[in-house]
Amino acid sequence: MRTLIRNGTVLDPANNVDRPADLLIEDGRIAALLSSGESVDDAATIDATGLFVCPGFVDPHVCVGEPGFEEDETIETATAAALAGGFTSIAAMPTTNPVVDNRGSAEFVNRQGEKAGNSRVFPLGAVTKGGAGEELSEIGQLVEAAAVGFTDGKSPIANAEVMRRALEYTGMFGKPILHHSIVPELSETGVMHEGFESTRLGLRGIPAAANDIMTGRDIALAELTDGRIHLMSISTEDTVQRLRIAHQRNINVTADVTPHHLLLTDEVMGSFDTLYKCNPPLRSDEHRQALIAGLQDGTITCISADHQPLAIEKKAVELDVAPFGLCGLETALPLCVEALIQPGHLTWSQLIRCLTVGPAALLGIPHGTLSVGAKADVTLVDPNAVWTIDPAHFRSLSRNTPFAKRQVTGKVVSTLISGEVTGTTDARGAV
Amino acid sequence: MTATTAEPAIPADWTHRHLLGLEDLTASQITSILDLADEFNQRTEQGRRKLDLLSGTVVANLFFENSTRTKTSFNIAARRLGADTVDFSASGSSLSKGETFVDTALTIEAMGVDLVVCRHRTPGAPHLLARHLAAGVLNAGDGTHEHPTQALLDILTIRQRLGRIEGLTVALVGDIRHSRVARSNIHGLLKLGAKVIVCGPATLVPKTIRQMGVDIAYDLDEVLPQVDCVNLLRVQFERQRGAFFPSIAEYAHLFGMNKQRIARAKGDLLVLAPGPINRGVELTPDVADGPNSAILTQVSNGLLIRMACLYLLARKADN
Repeated sequence: MRTLIRNGTVLDPANNVDRPADLLIEDGRIAALLSSGESVDDAATIDATGLFVCPGFVDPHVCVGEPGFEEDETIETATAAALAGGFTSIAAMPTTNPVVDNRGSAEFVNRQGEKAGNSRVFPLGAVTKGGAGEELSEIGQLVEAAAVGFTDGKSPIANAEVMRRALEYTGMFGKPILHHSIVPELSETGVMHEGFESTRLGLRGIPAAANDIMTGRDIALAELTDGRIHLMSISTEDTVQRLRIAHQRNINVTADVTPHHLLLTDEVMGSFDTLYKCNPPLRSDEHRQALIAGLQDGTITCISADHQPLAIEKKAVELDVAPFGLCGLETALPLCVEALIQPGHLTWSQLIRCLTVGPAALLGIPHGTLSVGAKADVTLVDPNAVWTIDPAHFRSLSRNTPFAKRQVTGKVVSTLISGEVTGTTDARGAV
Repeated sequence: MTATTAEPAIPADWTHRHLLGLEDLTASQITSILDLADEFNQRTEQGRRKLDLLSGTVVANLFFENSTRTKTSFNIAARRLGADTVDFSASGSSLSKGETFVDTALTIEAMGVDLVVCRHRTPGAPHLLARHLAAGVLNAGDGTHEHPTQALLDILTIRQRLGRIEGLTVALVGDIRHSRVARSNIHGLLKLGAKVIVCGPATLVPKTIRQMGVDIAYDLDEVLPQVDCVNLLRVQFERQRGAFFPSIAEYAHLFGMNKQRIARAKGDLLVLAPGPINRGVELTPDVADGPNSAILTQVSNGLLIRMACLYLLARKADN
């Protein structure tokens, strides 16, 4: 079985490829990168004229809702949403109910993922039992059940001793800890970024220092233990600076950032719209610009949608009681285009690198590349398609996006998993 | 006033269906409200006589946070204008009741309500209602964000006693961080050309408030000789998480208004307090009941301001 993706521009940052070429797939794996127009016998063809041919995107932390929050999302709908957004591999957050802190729960995630047959799903295990931040979960057995990393989700591991032991222990298996680095005492009742806007609006603030302090602690512990720590959804200028210094000292710490933190600032909170409420909060413009600079110089290597689907009635409440988070998988690419490509901050190749190479390396999975021999997970992108975000068409069960009705540029046209077209092409878009 | 039966005119630049905060109003719109309050003062003989300007209008008081004073004031104001009023009180968040806040408001509105007066502990709650309801929404205090009618009555009191707002220096003293009264006063006073100094313990004065256009001071005694008016904000014990100052005694010592401090200030210093006052904390009884204090005038002015706001919004809702 051979498939040829013809006439596109192949963007494969893992191999520094960025040129017009045809991609040959054989038996589900990448077989060759050919000059455009080279003839191939007995191959089905996919015409990619005007499209970027990219490795399938990888999202390192996705809330999949299941088990326990099926009103928000299921593994089936999360993986369908992932494909619609161009993500062929996602890592599933363990902060479900029950928490994925044991082998059986991780195997459930694997099984539901296989059953859905959409994107690949890799379980993340909880660092601590019940995600409570106290006792280590059965990390070794979770690794045997294919856990690719460990996290307590949005609950920071406040106790430094627990984090130290966790880094030492997960380090034994070569797995990273994905941490939401924030000091609980400084952030607990906050609703938005602490600054002039929070003062003006009378809303409780979450100071940037709440992230900065915990980031400093985490980096120090990574150095102490030689463990691998990954900071999820970073939001502050100081975090980027601390990462830069840590990298100079060869400390094993990485980070991701979300499209919404790259695009929006705390000024949107003036609408009092709960859809903008996220954790960490949208910060002020100097922080936003520092995040972009961090992507430009390679300090930040991953972009994650930080997908947090929430049934809409959960957001239709007062701002202080509304839960944090927004539904992100299906809007990640065009928002990145708006935040990064259109203003000229990143090249397409740099952007795709953050959606593929960075997260695949973090999770240690053999994806995010079009190397010969790799499984043919491919995402086709129309960089010029202009379309309007309509949550009614989301594959996700949830609709909690503040970007409804936004006109955006850049669209995922199709996705292949192991050489098979798996994602549905969106016929409603301007493709 | 001779034409007491004529309808007060709606100012041409009054464009608002809702009154959510003074940040949204222009100087001339604020002045229009103050002027209308003065007009109602004359027409009702200081609020004692009833006008029938809003008969048939239904005003719902939706108070999701305890309040006796403000609710009573809105009730009397609505009735002085001939409107019918209904009260709805609920405490706690919508989640604890199992019905969302918006659903509650929609239910009340469906009973035929023209104006909703809303008090809620969450900033932005009335803004949420304004997006969902057809009725006009009047913010009677949203958490630590705004309390427009309180600031308007404070400003009306200053204008009555000192004759103007422009060029005056007003100190807001106390818990600035948790005060919706402070925020609304800052917007209103600055728009009308006053200088505003905020003064209180550093834990209760966010530094970023300077960007609103005010000066920050921590030493009340240094500030007093410069100011024409002090507005002594209530210490919001119920909104504070943990201790923001070491003791009430120390607070009163550093920021309480007493006889000695009155002596250091300008002779005609106007002392306001939005109430309910904690006697002995924000101010001593002799100051509260003394000649500089306008605390009870504030209460009567509250009635007039609320009449003016209800009237403007009701007329806008008719159109």
